[in-house]
Amino acid sequence: MSRVLSHRLPAPDDFSSQLASLVAAGDIEVQRRDVRRLAEFELDYTQTIQFHHGLNRLPAAALDDLRPCRVALLSNATVDHLIPALKVAGLRYGLVCEIYLSPYQQYTRELLDDDSALAQFRPEHVLFSLSPREFLTNVSASAAPSENSKLIDEYVSNLGSLWRLAKANFNSTVLQQTFVNVGDTLFGNLDRHNPGAPTHAIRCLNHALVEQSRASDVQILDLDRLVERFGLDYWYDNTRWLQAKIEISPSAAGQYAEQVMRVVAAHLGMSRKCLVLDLDNTLWGGVVGDDGIQNIVLGQGSAEGEAYLQFQAYVKRLKERGIILAVCSKNERKTAESAFLEHPEMVLGLDDISVFVANWQDKATNIAKIAEQLNIGLDSLVIVDDNPAERALIRQSFPVVAVPELPPDPSQYVDCLSNAGYFEAVAITSDDFARSQQYAQNKQRQALEQSSQSIDDYLRSLEMQMTSSQFVDVDLPRIAQLINKTNQFNATTRRKTQEEVRDLASRDGNLTLQVRLSDRFGDNGLVSAVILVPDPNVPGAIEIETWVMSCRVFGRQLEYETLNAMVELLSESQYSTLTGHYIPTSRNALIQNLYENLGFSQLNDSKDLDAGETRWILELEDYSPRATNIETVQPK
Amino acid sequence: MTRQNILNTLTEILRNLLFDDSLELTDSTKRADVPDWDSFAYVNFIVAVEMHYNIKFSVAEVESFVTVGEIAARIEELAGL
Repeated sequence: MSRVLSHRLPAPDDFSSQLASLVAAGDIEVQRRDVRRLAEFELDYTQTIQFHHGLNRLPAAALDDLRPCRVALLSNATVDHLIPALKVAGLRYGLVCEIYLSPYQQYTRELLDDDSALAQFRPEHVLFSLSPREFLTNVSASAAPSENSKLIDEYVSNLGSLWRLAKANFNSTVLQQTFVNVGDTLFGNLDRHNPGAPTHAIRCLNHALVEQSRASDVQILDLDRLVERFGLDYWYDNTRWLQAKIEISPSAAGQYAEQVMRVVAAHLGMSRKCLVLDLDNTLWGGVVGDDGIQNIVLGQGSAEGEAYLQFQAYVKRLKERGIILAVCSKNERKTAESAFLEHPEMVLGLDDISVFVANWQDKATNIAKIAEQLNIGLDSLVIVDDNPAERALIRQSFPVVAVPELPPDPSQYVDCLSNAGYFEAVAITSDDFARSQQYAQNKQRQALEQSSQSIDDYLRSLEMQMTSSQFVDVDLPRIAQLINKTNQFNATTRRKTQEEVRDLASRDGNLTLQVRLSDRFGDNGLVSAVILVPDPNVPGAIEIETWVMSCRVFGRQLEYETLNAMVELLSESQYSTLTGHYIPTSRNALIQNLYENLGFSQLNDSKDLDAGETRWILELEDYSPRATNIETVQPK
Repeated sequence: MTRQNILNTLTEILRNLLFDDSLELTDSTKRADVPDWDSFAYVNFIVAVEMHYNIKFSVAEVESFVTVGEIAARIEELAGL
C-alpha cells in the first residue's frame, strides 16, 4: 500500500529485474544512464531499500557524473530507515549523497566537539530532524501560559545556538524541519485555547521555530505542511515509535526524502526556471484548430472550464514569482495566438509568455529551440503536456528535462504541478520577482538589436549603466544563487553555500565584487559576482577564485567593465597582480578564451592542471581600462 | 497451499530487503538463522509485510514473533487468507 508521492513519477514494471540488470550491466555508460532512469520511478519502501543495496554494488565510475553531496541528519529519534530513501531521492536531483547520522541523542555533543565524527564528516548540509517529544515532557497543561511560552522561547533559542554552531563549524547550510504534531488531544477543540495542551504547544513551538529560522537564515523543511497534505496516519505510526523510536513513518520515507533533496538541490542552484506549456487540453479543453476559439472549454459555467481557469491562474502566479513561461504547441501559430488574444476568459496573455512556439515540428526540436532562445539549460525546463506519447518522446530525447506525469483530469493539474516541487526556492530575492519582466525586456532589446546598424551601435543605444561594490549582506542570497546556478559564464564552477560565500567575503585579504547592470529597457538586477583570494602560487597576486555572470547579459561588454572595476578595486590594495583560472566543464566552453580576450597572459608554470584547465596572469600596472559602452555609476 | 504462498511472499520480501536471492524461509526459520537479519532489518521486514498485505500487527505481536511460521499464521488471520 504505497501512497502516491507527487503524481509526477510513473510506477516501475518489474523493478527487481530492472535493478538486477543495472547491477549486472558491464557497460559503465549504461549503468550511468539507468541509475538516473530507475530513480525517476515511484518506488515503495522495499524497492527503495533494494535500490540502495544495488547502488552499493555499482562501480564508483557508474556514479561519477553525479555531484557528490554530504548531508548530516541530527535527530533525537531513529532516522536510519531514511537513508536509502534519501540516497535514491538525491539521484533524482543528480546528487550522489553521503549521509551521516549523528548517534542517537548525541547531536549536541557532536556539534560542540571539534573532533567528533560529525566534524570529520564535514557536512555541507545539516538537517535537524527532531521529534517534539523531548520538548513535550516539560509542557504542562496546568502551568500558566507564560510558563509555556518561556519553555518555547528557551527551546527555540537553544536550537538557535545549535544552528549557529553548525554554520560556524562547517560553513554548512542548516535545514530545520517543523515538528510533526504527535501531541495527544487533551481538552478536545479547546486545545487551541490552551498553550499547555500538547497539540497546541507543538503548534506554538512551530510558529516560534519558523520565526527564529527566518531571523537566523536557516532553511525550513515544512513537514507540518506535508502532514497536513498527506495525513498524520501516513507520517506517524505509534507502533514504529514504540518498536524502534521511529517518528517519520517508513511509509512516508520516500516523500520525506524527496522534500529534503528538493531543498538541498535548490540550495545547489538546481531548481527549474522555466515552465513550457502545451495548449490544447493543457491550458484549455479541446483543440482550438479543430473546434474554433468559441468552442474550446475554458471559463466559468462548466466545471471542466473552471479547472482550466484554475490551472491558468496558478501558472500566472508562478510567472509572477519569477518562473519564465513558454508555449510549445502543435498548432498554426496564428490560431494559437488568437486564442490568447480573443478568448474572453483567458487568464494568461501573450505578454506573459516569454517564448511562443506553435508549429508542426516535433516537440523535441522546439524545446531545444526554446532553451536556446532563453539561453538556459535544458535542465531548467519543466514541460507540461497532456499527451502521454509526447511526454514519453520528450523524456527519451532529453532525460534532463522534467516532464510531470500529468493526470488525465484537468482538475488535478494544479495539484500535480504544485506538489512536484520543481520550483523550490531557498531565498526570495527581488531579482526573482523581476525576472519574467526582464525576459520581456529582452524581447525589446532583441528588436532594437535587429534594427541597429552594428553591434556597437546597438550597445551604445542600450544606454547601459553599471554599479559595483564589494558584497553587501542583503545581496548574499542572490549572489549565492548566481554562484550556484550559473553554468556558462562560470570560470571555475566552484559551488558555495551562502554561508561559505559570507565566510569567504569576510576573510582578511579577500576582496569581492558584485555588479548590477541597467539599461534603457529596465534593470537587469545583480548579474555578476567575483570573489578574489590571495594566490598562494604567485607572490603579491590575488586570484579570481570565482567569477560568474548571468546569461541574461552575455555579449554586452560587461566582462570588460567588470574587469575595469576589479582593477579599480585592487588599486587601493596591497596586490600588484591579478591571476585567473579557467576550469572547463561541459557547459562553460563559452568563456574558454575569456582571460585571453581580457588581456591576461597564460601562465605555463603550474604543473597540476587537468586537461583544458588554464591559468592566467595580469600585471596591474600594465593594465589600462578598456573603453566600453557601459557607464559606471556610484551605487545608490 | 496458502501457507506456502505466504512463505514464498515472505521469502521474496526478505530477499529484496537483504539483497540476497539465496535465502529461503520456512515455518521454522528464526531471525538468527538468516545472516544480516538484525533488529533493524526486522523492523523493515515487518513494515514491508504490513504494506504488502495491507495489515497491521499489534505492538505485542511484533515483539513476540519467534519463527517465520508464527508471522505467516498471523498474516493468514489478519488478511483473511
